[in-house]
Amino acid sequence: MNALRRLFSFNGGVKPETHKHASTREPIVPLADLPLPPVFVVPLHQSVGGMPTPLVSAGDRVLKGQRIGGADGNFSSAVHAPTSGLVRAVEPRTMAHTSGLTLLSVVIEPDGRDEWMPTPPLDWRAMEPDAVRSWLRDAGVVGLGGAVFPSHMKLRAGRATPLRTLVINGAECEPFITCDDLLMRERAAAILGGIAIMRELLGAAEVLIGVEDNKPEAIASLRAACAARGDATIQTVAVPTRYPAGGAKQLIRVLTGIEVPHGRRSTDYGVQCFNVGTAHAIQQAIELGRPLISRIVTVAGNVASPRNYEVLFGTPMDFLVRQAGLLEGTTGFIMGGPMMGYRMPALDVPVIKATNCIIASSPALFAPPPPEMPCIRCGECARACPTDLQPFEMYWHARARNFGKVQEYNLFDCIECGCCSFVCPSHIPLVDYYRFAKTEIWDRERKKESADEARVRFEARNERIEREKREKSEKLAARTSAARAQASVADAADAPAAPGPDRQALVAAALARAQAAPTAPGEARATPAAAPPEETATPPGPTAPADKNALIEAAIARAKARKEAAGDAPAAPAATARKERSPEEKQALIDAAIARAREKKQAADSPDKEAP
Amino acid sequence: MIAALIVMAGLALFIGAVLGYASLRFKVEGDPLVEKIDAILPQTQCGQCGFPGCKPYATAIANGEAEINQCPPGGDDGIHKLADLLGREYKPLNADNGVEKPRAVAFIAEDLCIGCTLCLQACPVDAIAGAAKQMHTILAPLCTGCELCIAPCPVDCIAMHPIEETVDTWKWRYPTFTLKPVERQAA
Repeated sequence: MNALRRLFSFNGGVKPETHKHASTREPIVPLADLPLPPVFVVPLHQSVGGMPTPLVSAGDRVLKGQRIGGADGNFSSAVHAPTSGLVRAVEPRTMAHTSGLTLLSVVIEPDGRDEWMPTPPLDWRAMEPDAVRSWLRDAGVVGLGGAVFPSHMKLRAGRATPLRTLVINGAECEPFITCDDLLMRERAAAILGGIAIMRELLGAAEVLIGVEDNKPEAIASLRAACAARGDATIQTVAVPTRYPAGGAKQLIRVLTGIEVPHGRRSTDYGVQCFNVGTAHAIQQAIELGRPLISRIVTVAGNVASPRNYEVLFGTPMDFLVRQAGLLEGTTGFIMGGPMMGYRMPALDVPVIKATNCIIASSPALFAPPPPEMPCIRCGECARACPTDLQPFEMYWHARARNFGKVQEYNLFDCIECGCCSFVCPSHIPLVDYYRFAKTEIWDRERKKESADEARVRFEARNERIEREKREKSEKLAARTSAARAQASVADAADAPAAPGPDRQALVAAALARAQAAPTAPGEARATPAAAPPEETATPPGPTAPADKNALIEAAIARAKARKEAAGDAPAAPAATARKERSPEEKQALIDAAIARAREKKQAADSPDKEAP
Repeated sequence: MIAALIVMAGLALFIGAVLGYASLRFKVEGDPLVEKIDAILPQTQCGQCGFPGCKPYATAIANGEAEINQCPPGGDDGIHKLADLLGREYKPLNADNGVEKPRAVAFIAEDLCIGCTLCLQACPVDAIAGAAKQMHTILAPLCTGCELCIAPCPVDCIAMHPIEETVDTWKWRYPTFTLKPVERQAA
């Protein structure tokens, strides 16, 4: 039945020398046979997503499998102690990353007892799917194919489309790497256990395990395990050996014929893809209750006996490679394969969850790249590109730092497989240009985002300051007018005794009252009636709202001036003086008071104005 | 003759009506050029350009009242972008406005802070948390590095720390090749 299955194909791709035979001759070295290194350095951030928060501090004793880094939110993954021992420090250490930058890491000195935490298996069938997903997050399970994307985030069917096909990626197309091959040969039953859990969580109808046809032992082992399980829905499919058949989108295309378009996800088409190593890790986390603290790592290249090891995370790479017999002339380590791998900044960087292979490189093995020659536009790279891009155009624009144009050529669909650089007759390191352009674009986007946020905050602050100023002046006006109203009640008592000049003040008081209590309709309506004495020149009739506002403002100003004047001189003499003064004198006094008030206000405002 | 005049006048009236309607119907709120310039400016809100914020500077550029080379945080890159947008000639950064520096965030030495709130009032993006007589602290992700909080601080407890690269923000370098001199044979 399997043989009848119709396979599809992807465009491009290359067939480099595989170099796989050397490390597949012997079985995986189990954890027990690998001595403990003198010290483990476990970086806290080993996956895509949020940086986990440290849960231990220097001096703590930890057990094997104890959580030392807690997931930060849902899009993150926990980190665990690889062995029992003493936490020496929680400090930045050089990370297994090309940059050579440091990352907060937990330094653990093993006590040699290798004592496990209690690891109860999970009764996952009785649990809510979401609870199982959080369990996986806290068990630190991430994609072990190299992308280290948190697996619990992927164990969710698309919103619109139900999941039809679960693709398990055992293609392992990159030269030198054999960790998945050996895992499938030796632990096929455990992989199938993990697949069963994933299928249940995703509700997938069929499962296709894609394995390149240069691994007949792995295919046979998986088929035997399937037969032993008696599960006909899980099919192992041999796919033609062609790099990069192990790319998620390429494998999906080969197995199902679905080409996931630009900007979409495979779940939109009812397909999800996991690596075989991830399936194994999920089985370990759920059926044995063991968090992800180790993985299979291929050690190859310039070593005496290339082999696969099960390695605890945090083991220094040079310690591991020495077990395989590090040969003279090694100039550095490459993490991953020769096509997509990253050069390590130092020999003692730790093994992390993304470490599928360590290649000891030497000038004899990888000759230094010949000098870059000009692009001759031969188009070989476009023919080799498995994602149907135009690498020469992207190169052209990335070289000129014309990042908008590079994005127009869909730079972010590039999977950095290295086929274009592999075939380039001018030896142009094309992928380096794409990596440069990608990180540069991300940096610009980050800057743009923070600039937009700053703009919003700046505008919000300006608005707030304006509003506060307005509210302050309104409050002040209300308070002064209320005081004036009170005073005018007293004035009104001796109104008959104080004719002429004080009438104006009375009007102002009435207006102020009207403003102070706008809800009182009786008082507000009384205002126009009180107004005419002042506006003798204007024609009689109800005052227009604009005039009214002007009057109110005038009243507020007067009230302010009045208050100022009252503050300067004792209250009683001022009251008597007011009655004796002529309107002109009074006006002059008021003007002076207004000027004083302004000065004062300016003085009060000036620290604010200097500040920004 | 009369007919021609009527036709032309009618046409003029009709086209005028269409244009008048279009100018109301498709009226653009605000000045789109100011928005475009503002989008290029780094939003540091530092005022080194001589204007109280990036938006006023953008408005001044749009009105032809300011040069495009007055923004040190935007740097050379920003001037090039403004020159491209406005079709003006590129000019090197005006040294009177300051020099381009690597991005930094302010840091308050918290044991020295007296809680005077002066920096809070100076911060253009509200990136400082604190209250009177309480210790203040910078919300580093929000800080634009404008340095406006440094001057008002009476105890000089604020310093600028350059932003360091992390594994997440690290950038691949431009691919270059070192040229090796050819070893000449001794004559």
